[in-house]
Amino acid sequence: MPAAGGPPRLQRDARAAARRQRRGARATPPARRVSRAWWTKPLVFGLALGPLLALAWRLFTDDLGGDPIEALEQETGTWALRFVAITLALTPLRALTGWNALVRYRRMLGLFAFFYATVHLCVYAGLDMELSAADLVEDVVEHPYVTIGFATWLLLLPLAVTSTTGWVRRLGGRRWRLLHRLTYVVAVTGTIHYLWAVKKDTLRPFTYALVFAALLGWRLWAHRRGRAAGPRAAEAAA
Amino acid sequence: MLIRKASDIPASEITPEAVYIDRRRFLGRAAGIGLAGALALAGCDAADAGASNAGAVAAGRAGDGAGEEGPEAGPGDEVTEERRVTEYNNFYEFGTDKSEPAENAKHFRTRPWTVAVEGLVAKPAVYQIEDFVRPSKVEERVYRFRCVEAWSAVIPWLGFPLADVLRRAQPLGSARYVELTTLHDPAQMPGQRRAVLDWPYTEGLRLDEAMHPLAILSTGMYGKTLPNQNGAPLRLVVPWKYGFKSIKSVVKLRVTERQPETAWNKANPDEYGFYSNVNPEVDHPRWSQAKERRLGEFRKRPTLPFNGYAAEVGRLYAGMDLRKNY
Repeated sequence: MPAAGGPPRLQRDARAAARRQRRGARATPPARRVSRAWWTKPLVFGLALGPLLALAWRLFTDDLGGDPIEALEQETGTWALRFVAITLALTPLRALTGWNALVRYRRMLGLFAFFYATVHLCVYAGLDMELSAADLVEDVVEHPYVTIGFATWLLLLPLAVTSTTGWVRRLGGRRWRLLHRLTYVVAVTGTIHYLWAVKKDTLRPFTYALVFAALLGWRLWAHRRGRAAGPRAAEAAA
Repeated sequence: MLIRKASDIPASEITPEAVYIDRRRFLGRAAGIGLAGALALAGCDAADAGASNAGAVAAGRAGDGAGEEGPEAGPGDEVTEERRVTEYNNFYEFGTDKSEPAENAKHFRTRPWTVAVEGLVAKPAVYQIEDFVRPSKVEERVYRFRCVEAWSAVIPWLGFPLADVLRRAQPLGSARYVELTTLHDPAQMPGQRRAVLDWPYTEGLRLDEAMHPLAILSTGMYGKTLPNQNGAPLRLVVPWKYGFKSIKSVVKLRVTERQPETAWNKANPDEYGFYSNVNPEVDHPRWSQAKERRLGEFRKRPTLPFNGYAAEVGRLYAGMDLRKNY
């Protein structure tokens, strides 16, 4: 678990971050640490697209092993889960490092989680189920790991739709933030989907479970501390 | 560097892969001949396997007539590209990722290697692998291979009937089953250092299944010695059952009266039964078994009962509820 039982320096940093955030809610955040270089967003975008390009290249050169379709399916699913983890790691990272610029990438990286989940779903529906509606319905209804996987994608859908600035305005910050806490649910259901899908070796699904437990546990911890420090800080920790 | 002793087949007799694949294509066109062969095999019986073996399956070496060709895989069953079969393996002893065995088994020592035959037999013995294989005639068998994970392949094996070995050992009257065991050597098999399965891997067959002429012990594939990641130096191939029944790197055969415990059945009895015959109508609890994808192919194809060997092996299960005995 981060910080909670960690070295006192980290706790101090987290407290400092909470203070900074409290200030930030009133005034503009200190511009000093915020990177405004024009190329950073395209760079992160390109990096996030990397796994897909690598997969496409390996598919094109027939380098995806014995069953390329299975490899595509598993890789895109894993990357969706990784992007959920990356997105959820930004807030704790910002609090621990005070590097506010990280938050600028949260929406984009969250959308990449949805993007990889959608490619994963398309590979599954198109190539694995071969677009047979009967097979798809049967699979989703009869097999719990598919059911929960599909439900996870459905949960991501409203998050992707309401990711625009217009939707933030329409919903209002508070309600929008509340809605986007669905990401926590996505982390849990996505990991269960992975855990139930593997044949026997559960090491990797449990690794993801551990990572998400840390990321969500930190939020709980920060929320409790924040409530002691004031309601606004508690909200910022979410 | 590992020095590997030559197998029973002199290198001069092993078909170069190019010739081999070429001949396959030719055979694909001459499908009628293959079908005739299939009928011949369907006529053979487990009881008179010894007599029918010779006629049913011939050694698949260059220069043999097409008429003698093994009929085990039919039209539409192109031999799977070799690299797909050697780079994509479920061999948990060398890692649970499909690509890991090819990497982690590179330096696996397959010589010296002993095979023990024990249990309810008149002639129990421990053999050096060379002595174990020598009395049998190594033949080529082109079999469909269907994994429980719903992928499949068509593989030209080199091997000999398991029945050969059992008959030599002379099972006693009380013998009902055969249990086979994989090598247990965590120093060489990194996958065994984690308790993913209850090591060593064991598998089992009913004695009449084991005596069926389609069940072979394999020492090679694609005209070459068996690659380590595919179960060298000796593995079982039971083409009408899901792939996990075809146990790899075998060190022991034990003839028993009671049904042996098997690795996947112990790991998850609801999902993996003792019989595990390929059956499109009995789904795995987590996925359908109605279709399969051939390695290297884009579209799926329907899975056949007993993996297409129903005519040959169906009668072994006459009167059995295959839903219960999955």
